[in-house]
Amino acid sequence: MNGMSNRKTGEVILDVQNISLSFGGVKALTDISFDVREHEVRAIIGPNGAGKSSMLNCINGVYQPQQGQITFRGQHFRHMNSRQVAEMGVARTFQNLALFKGMSVLDNIMTGRNLKMKSGLLAQALRWGPAAREEIAQREFVERIIDFLEIQLHRKTPVGRLPYGLQKRVDLGRALAMEPQVLLLDEPMAGMNVEEKQDMSRFILDVNDEFGTTIVLIEHDMGVVMDISDRVVVLDYGKKIGDGTPDEVRNNEDVIRAYLGTEH
Amino acid sequence: MGFFLETLFGGLMAGMLYALVAIGFVLIFKASGVFNFAQGAMVLFAALTMARFAEWIPRWTGLDNMLLVNLLAACVAAAAMVVVAWLVERLVLRHLVNQEGITLLMATLGISYFLDGAGQLLFGSSTYKIDVGMPKDPMIVLENVFPGGLLLSKEDLYAAAMAAVLVVLLSLFFQKTKTGRALRAVADDHQAAQSIGIPLARIWVIVWSVGGLVALVAGIIWGSKLGVQYSISLVALKAFPVVILGGLTSVPGAILGGLIIGVGEKLSEIYIGPMVGGGIENWFAYVLALAFLLVRPQGLFGDKIIDRV
Repeated sequence: MNGMSNRKTGEVILDVQNISLSFGGVKALTDISFDVREHEVRAIIGPNGAGKSSMLNCINGVYQPQQGQITFRGQHFRHMNSRQVAEMGVARTFQNLALFKGMSVLDNIMTGRNLKMKSGLLAQALRWGPAAREEIAQREFVERIIDFLEIQLHRKTPVGRLPYGLQKRVDLGRALAMEPQVLLLDEPMAGMNVEEKQDMSRFILDVNDEFGTTIVLIEHDMGVVMDISDRVVVLDYGKKIGDGTPDEVRNNEDVIRAYLGTEH
Repeated sequence: MGFFLETLFGGLMAGMLYALVAIGFVLIFKASGVFNFAQGAMVLFAALTMARFAEWIPRWTGLDNMLLVNLLAACVAAAAMVVVAWLVERLVLRHLVNQEGITLLMATLGISYFLDGAGQLLFGSSTYKIDVGMPKDPMIVLENVFPGGLLLSKEDLYAAAMAAVLVVLLSLFFQKTKTGRALRAVADDHQAAQSIGIPLARIWVIVWSVGGLVALVAGIIWGSKLGVQYSISLVALKAFPVVILGGLTSVPGAILGGLIIGVGEKLSEIYIGPMVGGGIENWFAYVLALAFLLVRPQGLFGDKIIDRV
């Protein structure tokens, strides 16, 4: 399954150029550059504290890097807030679940459609003609996501009551509801058992295959990363130490050193 | 029996008014995690705006249709509350994002003093009246069931109807609209809400505006019953035990809590009061709240706090 050679990757959709980010005196990222091609699964790996989540947060508009720029579909941006990034078609999931715990699975995923809904407040409250049709259309879309993620049974359950693995799926569902072009996954399999990891890998590959969504993911499980990614970026102490196909990265001396901590 | 029912009814009505103020607390707490100490001041400010404009509009324009004047004044007051909400977000909340709850609480305490002062500076500090045409005369019902019938206040019934309409509108807004969904989302997780494109700043303005409108309705009802004066802002103190009873995050809790407090204080005054020399209406609510804190700190419907250790 290695490499996914049958899948077609396209043009560069996301280009990260010379990004540096620091918090006070602490350098989180130093001069990072890499690109992401359309339809590919791109992994960012590295030991704890390497700056992976910071990188994702830069792309997502949560952090503003001090230097460098990010180009998304030919548009440059440096000072973008989360909303603008969301409007451009970038969705994300969170390392530590950030779901709306009191709301049902359905409502959680519906929030992902927020940017797509246009009718006025009053019309929605009264379920008036077009607003009702819109709500139904959005609801249909959400139901498809629910089917896709196989969580039909839990539709009305408050998310806080679901087991961890299912909550991770809802997190993915909410991101999918935005119909993103690029999906950022921050450790989608953290804390999962083998079975849950297999399910999640399958969902990620299906999203990539069926919807053609470009995927950027951070993951610690090397087996999973090597299996599902097309290309891998390796960070260590905020610097890029490797970039290439899983095989290239696996045999990269710097990467081996960073992970095993031995001198060669 | 008739007397008991009259007392009960009086208690329900008082309780409903407490509930209205408490709902304001709950809405803002749910959506922004801020315990808004200024809710009472907002009630006063809204009521003052309403009362003074109802007085000024006929003088300026020569309108004498009371309904129209009241509607215009209510619109002005509503607009004023939206401006207040916007200013609160701009000048206060925006700069205190991610601060401790206690910091935000202190900030709302400041807002509360500011609004008290600004309201009286702009609109004067004597007692004003709001007359939205609520009937002042009581009515007698069920004469054939109880000797002498039950004496009910029509004004209270009107007020109850207004409050009920407000609650229905609020629940439609929160449950059925995408903005309502966004508000609930922000209440649960700020960061996740931002990642799906929900703008926090706008949501805060909306929720404080809604809090302001609820304050306006409470202000109109209280003001038309008791007159608009500084002491109106103190009704907020009665709303604290209500939210403790009902739970800080639950609108139904605020309503039920308000009714329990209202009924409780009236009935206890009548039936327990004489045993301890009377005057217990004033502190009954707080004792009840204290007892609740010991037994069920999250309130009737509040989110149960479970910490993993």
